[in-house]
Amino acid sequence: MTAETRDDPRPSPDFAARVAGSLAWVRNNLFNTWYNALFTLIIAWFFLNVLPPLFDWMVTNSVWQTDDPRVCRDAAGACWAFIHEKYRFILFGTYPYDEQWRPLLMVMITIALLAASCDKRTWRFIVPMWVAGLTVSGVLLWGGVFGLTYVENLRWGGLPITLLLSVVGLAVAFPIAVLLALGRRSDLPVVRAICICYIEMIRGVPLITLLFMSSVMLPLFLPTGVTIDKLLRAQIAMIMFAAAYLAEVIRGGLQSLPRGQYEAADSLGLGYWRKMRLIILPQALAVVIPPIVNTFIAFFKDTSLVLIIGIFDIMTATKSALTDPHWRGFFREAYLFTGVIYFCFCFFMSKYSQWLEKEFSKGRRH
Amino acid sequence: MNTKALALAGVVLATLAAPALAGETFDAVKEKGFVQCGVNAGGLPGFANTDSEGTFVGLDIDFCRAVAAAVFGDAEAVRYTPLSAQQRFTALQSGEIDVLIRNTTWTTTRDTSLGLNFTGVNFYDGQGFMVPTNLGVTSAMELDGATVCVQPGTTTELNLADFFRANAMSFEPVVIEKLDEVVEAYVQGRCDVYTTDASGIASTRSTFTNPEEHLILPELISKEPLGPSVRHGDDQWFDVVKWVGFALLEAEEKGITAANVDAMLESTDPTIQRLLGVDAGMGEALGLEENWAYNAIKQVGNYGEIFERHVGVETPLGLSRGLNALWTDGGLMYAPPIR
Repeated sequence: MTAETRDDPRPSPDFAARVAGSLAWVRNNLFNTWYNALFTLIIAWFFLNVLPPLFDWMVTNSVWQTDDPRVCRDAAGACWAFIHEKYRFILFGTYPYDEQWRPLLMVMITIALLAASCDKRTWRFIVPMWVAGLTVSGVLLWGGVFGLTYVENLRWGGLPITLLLSVVGLAVAFPIAVLLALGRRSDLPVVRAICICYIEMIRGVPLITLLFMSSVMLPLFLPTGVTIDKLLRAQIAMIMFAAAYLAEVIRGGLQSLPRGQYEAADSLGLGYWRKMRLIILPQALAVVIPPIVNTFIAFFKDTSLVLIIGIFDIMTATKSALTDPHWRGFFREAYLFTGVIYFCFCFFMSKYSQWLEKEFSKGRRH
Repeated sequence: MNTKALALAGVVLATLAAPALAGETFDAVKEKGFVQCGVNAGGLPGFANTDSEGTFVGLDIDFCRAVAAAVFGDAEAVRYTPLSAQQRFTALQSGEIDVLIRNTTWTTTRDTSLGLNFTGVNFYDGQGFMVPTNLGVTSAMELDGATVCVQPGTTTELNLADFFRANAMSFEPVVIEKLDEVVEAYVQGRCDVYTTDASGIASTRSTFTNPEEHLILPELISKEPLGPSVRHGDDQWFDVVKWVGFALLEAEEKGITAANVDAMLESTDPTIQRLLGVDAGMGEALGLEENWAYNAIKQVGNYGEIFERHVGVETPLGLSRGLNALWTDGGLMYAPPIR
């Protein structure tokens, strides 16, 4: 930048002109037809009626810090002191209080890995990166080595559980889903039949039923004395569920590719797996990024269903925080807090998918 | 609901596949060095909830701790498995937990065909009534002509009608489906009385701005005895859990508290001597150390202390002892003689 451009000799538009300009904008965009004008008025009325009381509740009349719940009950506004009192429990559940730096570190590692995975440059070593990250996370949470005390996974809770169930669930489900999708379009009748059966069976029942099966029925079929860990059972149910749904999304991508792509691959003399890996899957997956991320987001929120089998994910922890007899009744604040956390993760995912779509469509733009 | 049906199916299957763990539970517990205790996952205020540091606290939790203290001399030798209502029986049947202490009502089917053995009652719950104190009512018998807020389709509604008919009184039901809405209706004064299980009323009342302006009437009109249970097949373990509960009651009856238990070791009362193991024999009979009851009382307290600590009048729940008082005070809590 040089001095000339800053000392632009053009006169700045004067105030009146600017007002006229914005009035014109308002007329053109908000009041251009009678029904748009009506909608504008209704929405303005709505905001005027909702926002001030909401602001009063959230800010003006709220209680930010107190050890006495009665102060909160007497106040007209939100009781953020409840969140202040309970945020560690909501985030980390029943994990030993003095050791909660460990799940905190685990959450930070997971978020860092997620962020790093967004960068295309890391994709070459994405598998070792995640394996290393998850190993460190596991060591942190379980402990029992390097002077860390052992913490059994019944005591894990909050955000780490939600992240673990969804991240591990999706990471394991994704390759299974690819295989299922390929299997369903395979020429081998037995493979195709198995894949169709699996996908349709899982898609035919609600996730809550799968969780129940894994949690209530499965232990009864095992020999007495043999119990599979409760969290692991839930994790397997989530993986099975996610795999079936993702498989159908990926199959959509496979079907959208023109026949010519398959024929071109065949004419190059590529075998089945190389054809899929080098030509078909990269294109098919790129096409279905939006529905895949849609499934991811739905799945992330579905993890809250483990509530019914007594696993302390962030939702269960929130509900449980509300049962402290000293701090009863602050459910608005609690759910708002947890809602914001869910929103942050889901919003990040959808923003990332938009960026990813742009990246992948670059090659196909003409 | 289909979730309920599923859980039921699971339970039926479990009964068919009746796990044979005869005599094994107690040995397994001693071998692993801790008690695996099934507790309420969603949390029930005062009975099993988590404090701000994520520690389980409550009346049910203290029973888990008392069992651990009696078996291992350490009330902390317990691990909690949070369970939902649908999971609880399977968890016990499959051996995932050693004892279920999760506000579970003692009923015939549960005690027999579901393969559970209830070891006693740690809280007599039942349907109760709450009224605003300015109504001037002190007994449910004075409720003739009252409007009553109640949730539909539950036994609560039936019990309510039965109670009023049996006592030749009339009432006007205000039936509202959702819990927070029915509570709101009561707070707004749309009805004079709110009815549900007494423990539920107490925890609802603790969320009010002025809980002292509402009274829980002493009458309970239904029977919901809540207690710990173990699975069929290990009578020795059944005895241990059962007598830990009785020891806590006996301790209260004899005035032994966590604070004075050491002084009580000097007592000349033969019952106290047998209970605390000064006069040996009881521990051996149960397969425990002689100081089993001493440890439980010392580390957890007697039943009255546990009650007052978590649900009593000084707590936000503010429950009076009522049916849960000792038999000597007009309640139902009664321990067989320790000898």
